Amino acid sequence: MSTNTSTPTLLDIRGLSITYGTGKDAVIAADHLDLELKAGQIVALVGESGSGKTTLAKAIIGLLPDSAHIAGGAVELAGENLLAHTNKQMQEVRGRRIGMVPQDPGASLDPVKTIGSQIAEVFRLHPQGHKRSKAQLRTEVIRLLELVGIDTPEQRIGQYPHELSGGLKQRVLIAIAFALEPELLIADEPTSALDVTVQLTVLEVFTKLARELGTAVIFVTHDLAVATDIADRIVVMQHGRIREDNTVREILRAPEDPYTRMLLDEATPADFRARTGERAGAPEVPAIEVVGLTKVYGHGKTRRAAVDEVSFVVRPGTTFSLVGESGSGKSTTARMVMRLLEPTAGAVKIHGQDVTNVQGAAKRDLWRSLQLVYQNPDSALDPRYSVSRIISEPLENYNIGSKAERRTRVAELLDAVNLPSRMAELRAKELSGGQRQRVAIARALALGAKTLVLDEALSALDVLTQAQILRLLEDLQVNQGLSYLFISHDLHVVERISHDVGVMRSGQLVEVGTTEQVFGNPASQYTRLLLDSNPGALLREMANN
Amino acid sequence: MAAYIARRIGQALLVIWLAYTLVFLAVQLLPNDPVTIFLSADAAADPATIAAMKAQYGYDQPLLVQYFSQLAGLFTGDFGYSLASGQPVAERIGAVVGSTLVLASSAFVTAVLFAVLLVAAATLARHAWLKRLIINLPPLFAAVPVFWLGLVLLQVLSIQLGVMSLFPDGSFASIAVPVLVLAIHVSAPIAQVLLKSVDNVYTQPFVDVLRAKGASPSWIFFRHVLKNAAAPAMTISGITVGTLLAGSVITETVFARAGLGQVVLQAVTAQDVALVQGLVLLTATAFVVVNLAVDLLYPLLDPRILKSGTHGAPRALVA
Repeated sequence: MSTNTSTPTLLDIRGLSITYGTGKDAVIAADHLDLELKAGQIVALVGESGSGKTTLAKAIIGLLPDSAHIAGGAVELAGENLLAHTNKQMQEVRGRRIGMVPQDPGASLDPVKTIGSQIAEVFRLHPQGHKRSKAQLRTEVIRLLELVGIDTPEQRIGQYPHELSGGLKQRVLIAIAFALEPELLIADEPTSALDVTVQLTVLEVFTKLARELGTAVIFVTHDLAVATDIADRIVVMQHGRIREDNTVREILRAPEDPYTRMLLDEATPADFRARTGERAGAPEVPAIEVVGLTKVYGHGKTRRAAVDEVSFVVRPGTTFSLVGESGSGKSTTARMVMRLLEPTAGAVKIHGQDVTNVQGAAKRDLWRSLQLVYQNPDSALDPRYSVSRIISEPLENYNIGSKAERRTRVAELLDAVNLPSRMAELRAKELSGGQRQRVAIARALALGAKTLVLDEALSALDVLTQAQILRLLEDLQVNQGLSYLFISHDLHVVERISHDVGVMRSGQLVEVGTTEQVFGNPASQYTRLLLDSNPGALLREMANN
Repeated sequence: MAAYIARRIGQALLVIWLAYTLVFLAVQLLPNDPVTIFLSADAAADPATIAAMKAQYGYDQPLLVQYFSQLAGLFTGDFGYSLASGQPVAERIGAVVGSTLVLASSAFVTAVLFAVLLVAAATLARHAWLKRLIINLPPLFAAVPVFWLGLVLLQVLSIQLGVMSLFPDGSFASIAVPVLVLAIHVSAPIAQVLLKSVDNVYTQPFVDVLRAKGASPSWIFFRHVLKNAAAPAMTISGITVGTLLAGSVITETVFARAGLGQVVLQAVTAQDVALVQGLVLLTATAFVVVNLAVDLLYPLLDPRILKSGTHGAPRALVA
């Protein structure tokens, strides 16, 4: 590590203020920020969405959107104030002295250009005195692809982004960022779109390169676990201010700021608490029972089982989680349970009743007791509808109650999900992400459903909001005896909420058991791999001491 | 790739055959046969003349025989005979189609270039007011009728300034002005779709990555954004063939140019059904050929189309 005092200061940000919009509607996104970074240091910027961490990162590389206005301060890179640079001068800095690894590898490469040409482009943009020949460029590109651990680089050069997996695309983007060995790299949530196992390997490649080349890194993330795994120092941001700035060890050992403490509490693995649903004794009718559920797409050579002979039971009043990486078939399973998708084989029983073949009116009846909450509350709610209209829509669809009765029911439901009654008249677009997800849950409960299928229902939310919704779900479960089928890729959340866990891989259920069994003593190799890839090793270590 | 091309060509042939069938059926729906209609312009047509003409042009044959003999004729370039002049339809059209083709294709190329330049100017404009001004040009172009613009230019350039002759004399102006008039009109929808599509591409994260590489705005626009945004604009370009041909007819009439416009006008006024039939078929074929070219160009723009291989990929991109 290179934090000793002899290392020169690379980046010096003083009193940086940034606002969005003008006049009355102006929002302060960065409020007199001070940040110093030494050469070769890796700093994690941690905070919720809207904390100003991305704004700060974009200001450093000079890529703020047009609506942003720098109200004051200085950003000095090795003594040069970047804010005083012209656009042309900044073009020379970007790519050469400051690089960027973006958030979403899927959309961050030009889809109609080959991988090779996109890497070589960096050298074309910055010839740095000597123009390289085609052969030289090719050698450079192959060297870079090897550097980020991409196999058969000679073939990859001619491939297009859609022919590569998400993890490989992010490696290509890392190769682009490191191509000219910049002094500073901005990494904006570079792995949040990747599966845990892929995230682990990509992070390893990234940090290894940064350490070897002595590149300073500003790593923007909402995930404290990832931050503690890779950074030297953590800067916690909230509402455009820096709340705390300290080394990882210090922050973990003795967080000074109450907000930091809250984030840490939520990121620290939950101990296995006694859970409400643990009732032994008389066999109960399962909330959901799935037997040999199978979904096959294609036939002949293209035949592929998205879900392959999956069987599990969701005990009433408990939470069963299906975890797995993208493409494992967990969402397909959920859709078949909901009867939104026809299974190829197998049976689904809801509250003891076989619903595998129900059609028409019977299917509509099923949805009175079984409801779905989607991943993205932004697109699952009509932005122009009022909250009360959204919640009462299922009641109208099923012709339940008079107008007045529906109003009472909406008030009850708002109360149940802890939203103030004055929100009933707001529109969905005026709500925050957490509030929207509460509305989505209220809507799911409107018809009196006893079982909810939650498909990545917390994935789009910030850590603290996630924790609040988790608490709400737990309260609803205790008070109303709800059962949940919880679909998630987030092991941390799954560990917290579930009574039982099923692990899926390539359409198969590789392991089923209680949360304690699966997380404490995993039976399958794959579960162990997943758990090992889960970020936050340092956090867990600290929590256990 | 070969399968993709074969499928597109097959579809194109199918569309032409359907167009022929539809036109044939439409002619049968007319209250009378082509010869009777044509001769009805005369006050008292002699029944014997009608019968003789019908026999000569084959309109006395059973419908199915007419359908297949005309269809077979298409393969040998035989489109039947113009009733008004007695010349083969293919000959009548062939004599003037070159002139229209020059006008239409020059106008098309100019229109596409014009649309790209306009969108480039709007995107790379340094001032917001300039950008707004340029963005508002295409709706204006679309709103100005071809004949009006043609007449105004003719009035100003020929009659008031005298820099251009009223009739085509082979000078540069006499070809450039009609091409320009037509191109402005045709470029409007292409520019509008391209603008929208370019705006969409700019919201994609890869543009940010390009900026972070240190690419200049014009580098980003010309080397990346344009290619990504081209597919929907190409689809529209293919569809503008209809506008282009209709516009050609009007432009030719305004500028007194020889071309399909005159033939169309004569065929319709003289109620020469056989000639109209040939013209409609020609238009349909032009439409199909251009759209086939567009379909075959998609994979060169976007490698994902061949990968997904199946139907509708270009349309998915457009949506």
